[in-house]
Amino acid sequence: MEEPRLLPFGDAAWTVEFGARIDPVLHGRVLGLLEAVERVRREEPFAGIVDLMPTFRSLTVCYDPRACDGERLGEALLALARTTGAVRREGRHWHLPVCFEADFAPDLDDVAQARGLSREAVIELLLGTSFQVYMIAFMPGFPYMGGLPEALEMPRLKSPRKAVPARSLAVAGSMCAIYPWESPGGWRLLGRTPVPLFSARDEAPSLLASGDRVNWRAVGSGEFAELEAAAQAGRLARESLLAGGNPS
Amino acid sequence: MNGLIEVSDPGLGNSFQDLGRFGYRHMGIAVSGCVDPLLARCANALAGNPAQCAAERACIEVRGAGPTLTVREGRARFALAGDLSATLTRAGGEEREVPPWQSVSLDPGDALSVGFVSGGAAYVAVSGGFATPVQLGSRSVYRRAEIGEPIAPGLSIPCAALPRRGSHEYSADPWRHEEGPIRVLLGPQDDHFKPEAIADLLGGEYRVTKESDRMGMRLEGPALVHLTPASADIVSDGTVPGAIQVPGNGQPIVLLADCQTAGGYPKVATVITADLPRLAQLRPGQAIRFQAVDAKGARQALQALETRWKWWAYGVVLGPPDAEVNVDWRAGGPLFADGWCQGE
Repeated sequence: MEEPRLLPFGDAAWTVEFGARIDPVLHGRVLGLLEAVERVRREEPFAGIVDLMPTFRSLTVCYDPRACDGERLGEALLALARTTGAVRREGRHWHLPVCFEADFAPDLDDVAQARGLSREAVIELLLGTSFQVYMIAFMPGFPYMGGLPEALEMPRLKSPRKAVPARSLAVAGSMCAIYPWESPGGWRLLGRTPVPLFSARDEAPSLLASGDRVNWRAVGSGEFAELEAAAQAGRLARESLLAGGNPS
Repeated sequence: MNGLIEVSDPGLGNSFQDLGRFGYRHMGIAVSGCVDPLLARCANALAGNPAQCAAERACIEVRGAGPTLTVREGRARFALAGDLSATLTRAGGEEREVPPWQSVSLDPGDALSVGFVSGGAAYVAVSGGFATPVQLGSRSVYRRAEIGEPIAPGLSIPCAALPRRGSHEYSADPWRHEEGPIRVLLGPQDDHFKPEAIADLLGGEYRVTKESDRMGMRLEGPALVHLTPASADIVSDGTVPGAIQVPGNGQPIVLLADCQTAGGYPKVATVITADLPRLAQLRPGQAIRFQAVDAKGARQALQALETRWKWWAYGVVLGPPDAEVNVDWRAGGPLFADGWCQGE
């Protein structure tokens, strides 16, 4: 097991790094430390912590330098990281609808051709995969999901799109993601979900969280439109999208 | 909270900000908050607000053409901090210029037309603070995710009303940020760079480019060479305001309040808390130098800054700039008896 490293991040944060790879075990250690810190954050020397940011391979801990001794906090974090094991966070398991019709999947044919597969085979590989949510970052609600079959791995576009449509399902390298909003981006677009990924008015604004699992369920453009309308009208209950829930 | 202000003209590039939205980074939500929290604290002090007001209520951060605000109910005290002035139009039609660093009280029907900020950020505070709706624990606007109340024409915002009679004004010397190099702590990924790159960062001169906003600031200067071409990319990890990230072209980008929560470029160094407000005031074309300090140096710099700010706040006096009476506004005279800033 790699030794965790304590990296200085200015005078108001530390990054505890477990490694430099995208790897479920490394991520498990990040989540283990996250839970351990959450348990002690009211106690000294952790009380000055203001924010926690778990990533694939590290935990960034932000603190108020006016309210706590940063060096003591750093030492305590490293000690905690050394003695905390990996956890498997049993997040929620989602079955999210996705439409693969041509208008929603501008890169599907290119990816199929580049990887020597049929369009149907690409879709089958995506539907047969359970994706693991590693972190929500880059923009609010944007999930970085691992588990993409090697047969679908593709580099980012050489020239990123100026505007990726909101709710596009996208892949790059070994990752899969959904763009919550229209934004510039260089990932390959293989489909679109009618489900909103982020709603600031919700108590839990981000649909997905680190540790969740996602399986895709193919829908036609008719069902896509119905679900999209339901979501916009606030009639799409998040619970109905969980595995074992009742698809509306 | 029996004052009411209406936005008559939203201006351009302005937003309500407090001292930031904490606890939501793991959902990809930026911290936001004032890019220059010190000037925001100054504006609040001049408006007669207790110290916690900058955190508990919002002020307006002006980065372009300031808004026009009309008082609808109650008497409200306004103050500007930064390189910014305003025009006051009384309900009767009489006009006068309002300089920064002194407060002015408006009655219903009076309007304050805030001017331009040509670079950096300036602040408008009001008695009791702007009580815009709290979203996810903060009043700060994070435009990218449409979080927080945007400044829109016709928007009504509660504030604290002053007593009808006997209200007074405050003034102070302008706050001056420290000069000299911007201080950084090396890391977290300084080991992704050649030793020459560290020497270039600390010895070279950089210029602020036009590509600067609340998210970050692109600099132009000696290219910082990564250890190997592969060290220009990392598996994404956490970012914070002040981080200096360096993409493959070697030109540094300093992240600011609205920065993304994680990123795939190595970060060579991080600006210390005491110097973050200074970054916010840099304008395109301005030169910037960096100096490395250690943890102790960063702590001393922050203590020195807080001491200097306390002295500035002691210098907030009752009356026009030439008045002699010294008032410790934090002590809370009769004006604070109704506890404006005690939260909702």
